[in-house]
Amino acid sequence: MKPAPFVYLAPSTLTEALALLHQHGDEAKILAGGQSLIPVMNFRLAQPSHLIDLNLLHGLDFIRAEVDGLHIGAMTRQRTVERSPLVAALAPLVHETMPFIAHSQIRNRGTFGGSIAHADPAAELPAVALALNARLRLQKQGSERWLAAAEFFTGLFATDLSPDEMLTEVLIPPTPPGMVTAFMEFARRHGDYALVGVAAALTFTPDHTCREARLVYLSVGEIPTLAVQASAMLVGEKLTDELIATAAHAAASEEIEPSGDIHATAAYKRHLAQVLTRRVLQKVRERVGD
Amino acid sequence: MSQQTITLTVNNQVYERTVEPRLLLSDFLRHELGLTGTHVGCEHGVCGACTILFDGAAVRSCLMLAVQTNGHELMTVEGLAPGPDKLHPLQQAFHEAHALQCGFCTPGFLMTLLPFLQENPHPTEAEIREAISGNLCRCTGYQHILEAVQRVSEQ
Repeated sequence: MKPAPFVYLAPSTLTEALALLHQHGDEAKILAGGQSLIPVMNFRLAQPSHLIDLNLLHGLDFIRAEVDGLHIGAMTRQRTVERSPLVAALAPLVHETMPFIAHSQIRNRGTFGGSIAHADPAAELPAVALALNARLRLQKQGSERWLAAAEFFTGLFATDLSPDEMLTEVLIPPTPPGMVTAFMEFARRHGDYALVGVAAALTFTPDHTCREARLVYLSVGEIPTLAVQASAMLVGEKLTDELIATAAHAAASEEIEPSGDIHATAAYKRHLAQVLTRRVLQKVRERVGD
Repeated sequence: MSQQTITLTVNNQVYERTVEPRLLLSDFLRHELGLTGTHVGCEHGVCGACTILFDGAAVRSCLMLAVQTNGHELMTVEGLAPGPDKLHPLQQAFHEAHALQCGFCTPGFLMTLLPFLQENPHPTEAEIREAISGNLCRCTGYQHILEAVQRVSEQ
């Protein structure tokens, strides 16, 4: 037996799940896809006394287009999101990013909400959620609140969720006219944790002037990082080679705090961030049709 | 710890067992059902040796609990060959292309490739490389595995 003993709870309704979470709070862990939780339990780095398995709960597995945007249930499998024509049409950045998440075997189990709630700084979906200004539905027994992705991630594997709260739904706002997005990352092998990744969401006027820009990085700090200054440099401008190079330099040298590890030094990650920013903006420019 | 009784189908055979909730699916298959074709390598979802089909989709059995399979349909590498003396075309291609040496990773590769080829019977080389990127092989250098997949996709 690898994991330490726990009490296994498998609620069939959300109400029941929230009641269990209310009752056990800190002591409990929510089991969604399990692709991050089970490994740390196998290593006994996590030893929850109660495991609340959401896999028998069906109400959180949905993808719906509504007036206020695209709603994705937290328990929707990553593979389902990857293959959803609705996601491809309404949230192309999400669609483009999905294949970068680990491997198909992992995406078959891993969930959309689980990855966001886990808040791994090397994960793709938290960065994409931040780039798209996603709103997160956090529910607990008897109440709920909606929180912007920008306020959700508070630290390394840490979020604004209280112990009795659960992420149940992600709302991706409607794509404004003229929005162009792109995602890139660099990993040692396909499916490995990225050394650095960047999600870009830019909005252009009909004459290809940038109206709004969000460059969000993963794996460069404790939380997904929005490069505020580099993004602001792009606003009001057309994407020229020179501007792209300046913004990439600014983002990589001033706005990210990568730490070195066994695979890459901090300096190398900064270099990668600069190169990736340049490439991702070039890709955006191609997509704008300049 | 309270035990749970589960009923599941593995390779078209129905099993009922009583297990501890913390028992991993990979260990359940090997130790409780005696299906030792599913190999256990890293036990944290990296190597892919324990890949099986869960309701038709390739998953890591070391990242699931046995209790989660209640009412579900599984397939392991033992379910692949049509008979004791016959190999599945994919296994035959591995054999012919010399796509295995020590064989430890092979069940995981086969179970990963089975649904992949069902969905995409004629993949490109790049698609094959991506499909097997979640499985580690320390012997072959992957080239012969690639050739085996190409061989079977040309049939």
